[in-house]
Amino acid sequence: MALQHTHVRRAAHLARLDISDAQAERFVDDLSRMLDMVDQLQSIDTEGVAPLLHPLDATQRLRADDVTESDQRERFQRLAPATENGLYLVPRVVE
Amino acid sequence: MSDHTADPFAPTVTSLAAALKRGDVSSRELATDCLKRIERAEPALNSFISVTAEQALAAADAADRARADGRAGFLTGVPLAFKDIFCTRDVKTSCGSKMLDNFIAPYSATAVQKLDAAGCVSLGKTNMDEFAMGSSNESSYYGAVKNPWDLTAVPGGSSGGSAAAVAAGLVPATLGTDTGGSIRQPAAFCGITGLKPTYGRISRYGIIAYASSLDQAGPMARTAEDCAHLLGAIAGHDPRDSTSAPHAVPDYAAELDAPLTGLKIGLPREYFGDGLDPAAAHAVNEAVKVYESLGATVRDVSLPHTRYATSAYYVIAPAEASSNLARFDGVRFGHRCDSPEDLIDLYKRSRAEGFGEEVKRRILIGTHTLSEGFFDAYYIKAQKVRRLIRQDFLDAFDQVDVLMGPTSPTPAFDLGAQKDPVSMYLQDIYTIAVNLAGIPGISVPAGFSGARPVGLQILGAHFSEARLLNVAHRFQQATDWHRQRPAFAKEIV
Repeated sequence: MALQHTHVRRAAHLARLDISDAQAERFVDDLSRMLDMVDQLQSIDTEGVAPLLHPLDATQRLRADDVTESDQRERFQRLAPATENGLYLVPRVVE
Repeated sequence: MSDHTADPFAPTVTSLAAALKRGDVSSRELATDCLKRIERAEPALNSFISVTAEQALAAADAADRARADGRAGFLTGVPLAFKDIFCTRDVKTSCGSKMLDNFIAPYSATAVQKLDAAGCVSLGKTNMDEFAMGSSNESSYYGAVKNPWDLTAVPGGSSGGSAAAVAAGLVPATLGTDTGGSIRQPAAFCGITGLKPTYGRISRYGIIAYASSLDQAGPMARTAEDCAHLLGAIAGHDPRDSTSAPHAVPDYAAELDAPLTGLKIGLPREYFGDGLDPAAAHAVNEAVKVYESLGATVRDVSLPHTRYATSAYYVIAPAEASSNLARFDGVRFGHRCDSPEDLIDLYKRSRAEGFGEEVKRRILIGTHTLSEGFFDAYYIKAQKVRRLIRQDFLDAFDQVDVLMGPTSPTPAFDLGAQKDPVSMYLQDIYTIAVNLAGIPGISVPAGFSGARPVGLQILGAHFSEARLLNVAHRFQQATDWHRQRPAFAKEIV
């Protein structure tokens, strides 16, 4: 499956990465070589093999729905680029 | 520095713990000595991103007081350092990235908390490939780390700063993380001992995630004995990591001396193929002879899907990374671009400015393989092959107790030598399948190729860390490769 410029552009948008046209060209080259390596997988017969999602085949453990964390909003928000009244500030979304 | 150890150039955790217990040295003296070594070494080595001198001396004084009060444990007062992927409360935790250059962790990882509670003294945070993506430590925002055996060589990656710091004798031990070989390969390149435990053996809470189904923390030190003490202190279930294993934690140090009579060693023939450095192959063969002299038997085994491991890994790891790294959005923490036009512009430019090339490559390939129209062909296919790769190991461990081979096909390569990302990925051929299968592996020094160290990798079944450490320790009782020191370590003392 040859990688096109439009695939890289689409992935960059989905991943919210700003890339220039020159960068996109370079990523087409790099990612194409990665996919050439990855395409070896297609030669293996995996008929009837179940995907392995967890190396120990474990399933998600559940716990009681108890409150265990304390409120550390102020501590955490000190890390944020911009906050006001306990809220994170971003550019206006709704005019 | 007082003469409290047999090897002043690179003391071990075990020797320092004994010296502290005897009262030959104080924790403050040890921390001060480490800080001096770091100061002398760092202009050349670049193995640390942050050195936390003030906090280290305060922790050392607390450790000395605990000892005076009779509250000291085995590790109380022992100096060490953490790869900069571990969150450390009130200390910058950058993950080697511009994205987190301004990030002061508001809490500590569980592994860090456990070593703090044991009285260990952290000297700071070690350099690493950005977001642990790399095999040479050249992708760090903070610059490449040099290998203390040869300053023109890479230390390996991604835990390259951790390995170089131990090899140079700056600290006796560090914690690293291993997603595709990032503890074992730098350990091999720098001539130290590095253990990647079973997936889930150590809590991942507070470790910045790269690929969550592969990531695992582990100790990096000079000896298997040191690794046993550190693993015992940090292993175990953690309610804050639902993937941490509920299995009981054995006394790893107590089992180190068990005899190896009757040990069945398998040599995977796929690990001795084309591209293997002759000196690395020779070192492994010589190591196997040592094991035979200790009573082990040896046979060939096959791991037939080995050559597909790198392909499966470079679908699964970037896919998980693209999801994990979505959290770096310029809103709640980390880098934010100047004057964003709107929310999408804020996301896109903050991420474009904050991430380096290798991280972007992996985010893009991961996003692409997970996207509509490609998901089944890449991601699901890779997960099926992952099961076949794991089954190879399970079948092998029906026949033998441990597998042995080289950690890496070559010794450390020159800085700047690997220009093509894919050829660098293929270097991880012997380590990557281990993470896909979730089994533990350890790299121990086993010789040299020219002036550069080579490692022996020993692999075991899930949760066989006690056996691996025992097997590695007995080798280190019979050989002295782990006692070799680079000239650099002597120059800075």
